[in-house]
Amino acid sequence: MLKLENVSKNFGGLPALSDVSFEVPQGLVTALIGPNGAGKSTLINCTTGVLQPSKGTVSFQQKKITALPAHQVARLGIARTFQNLKLFPRLTVLDNVLTGLTCEGGSSMLMAMLRLPYLRHRERQLKLRAMEALDRFSLSDKADWPAGILAYGDKKRVELARATVSQPDLLLLDEPVAGLNAEETAEVGEQLRLLRSAGHTMLLVEHDMDLVMEIADQVVVLDSGKCIATGTPEEVRRNPLVLEAYLGRMEATA
Amino acid sequence: MTGKQKILYFITLHRTGLWVTALSLLLLLFPLVEDNPYTLGITNLIAIYSIVVLGLNLFIGYAGQISLGHAAFFGLGAYGSAIATVNFSVNPWLAMVIVAVLVALVALLIGIPILRLSGHYLAMATLGMNFVFHTILLQWDEVTGGPSGFSGIPSLSIGEYEFWDEVSLHYLIWTFAMLALLFSLNLVRSGVGRGLAALAGDETAAAALGVNTRNAKVKVFVLSAIFASFAGSLFAHTYSFVSPDSFDIFAATDMVIMVVIGGMGSIWGSLFGAALITLLPEWMDLFETYKDFVHGGILVLVLMFLPQGLVTGLIDIGKTKLALRRQKDAEA
Repeated sequence: MLKLENVSKNFGGLPALSDVSFEVPQGLVTALIGPNGAGKSTLINCTTGVLQPSKGTVSFQQKKITALPAHQVARLGIARTFQNLKLFPRLTVLDNVLTGLTCEGGSSMLMAMLRLPYLRHRERQLKLRAMEALDRFSLSDKADWPAGILAYGDKKRVELARATVSQPDLLLLDEPVAGLNAEETAEVGEQLRLLRSAGHTMLLVEHDMDLVMEIADQVVVLDSGKCIATGTPEEVRRNPLVLEAYLGRMEATA
Repeated sequence: MTGKQKILYFITLHRTGLWVTALSLLLLLFPLVEDNPYTLGITNLIAIYSIVVLGLNLFIGYAGQISLGHAAFFGLGAYGSAIATVNFSVNPWLAMVIVAVLVALVALLIGIPILRLSGHYLAMATLGMNFVFHTILLQWDEVTGGPSGFSGIPSLSIGEYEFWDEVSLHYLIWTFAMLALLFSLNLVRSGVGRGLAALAGDETAAAALGVNTRNAKVKVFVLSAIFASFAGSLFAHTYSFVSPDSFDIFAATDMVIMVVIGGMGSIWGSLFGAALITLLPEWMDLFETYKDFVHGGILVLVLMFLPQGLVTGLIDIGKTKLALRRQKDAEA
């Protein structure tokens, strides 16, 4: 579904990614792992149009999306969450989720100012869908809260609700359980499992190995901007290169 | 549902419409209660500024940008209408529309390059724009009348009916202001409005949600310029005289202060901000003399203690308290 071919990114001559190629198959969960500074976030940003790769191509459903700006990539059906939450703190929880449906709200400013009946009708439909999404993440009782005052775990769930409300074809999750305690991690993990069984294709960037091993169908390992291994969680776990990049370094710093 | 619940449900569902209707009724009756031309003159001025501030609040409060140059668009509307009606004898209504279209084009041409900037740089660029416009008003005196202003602007009229006394102007200007209010309220309650709110919150996140950020900024900038232009045209026809003083950088910052007082992204607050800043000098002579000091002081205090603006800041505090109390009740 999503295909990266020889993607490279240099920041002022420093290579952050070099010749990364892999594929995210439809309906499966692909996990992207790697030590800090391996280039995971750069890779996500190159995929979503926030950054342009220096070299290589990114294609989504056989369509080349390498040079597209971020909002057009989003409109093709790729939704994402952010490593450091990017909720809109002053909007209510419901409105935050509704922003996930921006592409479907109609984009004509003039029409919006006149608030014609068909727009009102559409608005009601969008609200219903947003409430359903909040229900799925058991947040409906906080729908009219300003998002800024929620607890961290709740914010993470609002972000997941916002990213999934439009039923995107591909979901990019940048460290969904970072900063959560064990209980909250289990909760988000449960939600990710539900999303997977609902048939969502996901690319998951994650440090939490237990979670990755449990829900990923395929694991891609990045180290210093290079893709050093691809395979099932079992294969990757036994791969000596991965062990060296991960555990070796961890032992060295420990 | 019982009858009482039905009524409550209807009120909640249509609360915005009901508020607008209530305010319209109040304004409809206002001249019957208050017929002092001086007072009506002030409320008319509030209405004119409200139109500018509503547009500017969409740009500053909703799209999260900054402009210290909207007095220029306000002035373009005023001088545009003045020159078109006096020098070229264009029908005032037609002139108002033509000028608004031209101002929209100017805003588009300026907006495309300067909206690549943000923060302080955007503030400086828009401030510069206002400086240039004000200097042109002062220097190009064969067209603008220079520092002594431009007089003899005709009133607006429908057939034989002329809008020249305060009561008729009250109805005319407030009709425009209420339309601006209604358009703004509709816009922010739509998907487009939420896209703008997202833009103000975080540009990367907004783009990831499918908002064309660069495009949206330019569109709102143009929209706010159109609002300012209509307000300017009304201003010119109301006073039949315009001078550069009304459109200098202090006027531009006053508009931003009105937005800040009313609150970032608060449509109703815009009316309050416009009213408070217009009324302050009327309440106390001290404010008249030291107007710029007082306005500056208010701006600093509001930004220090309620960075979201006075009205919005207070509402935010209220909402948070309410939500927390409800949670406590639920736990108890």
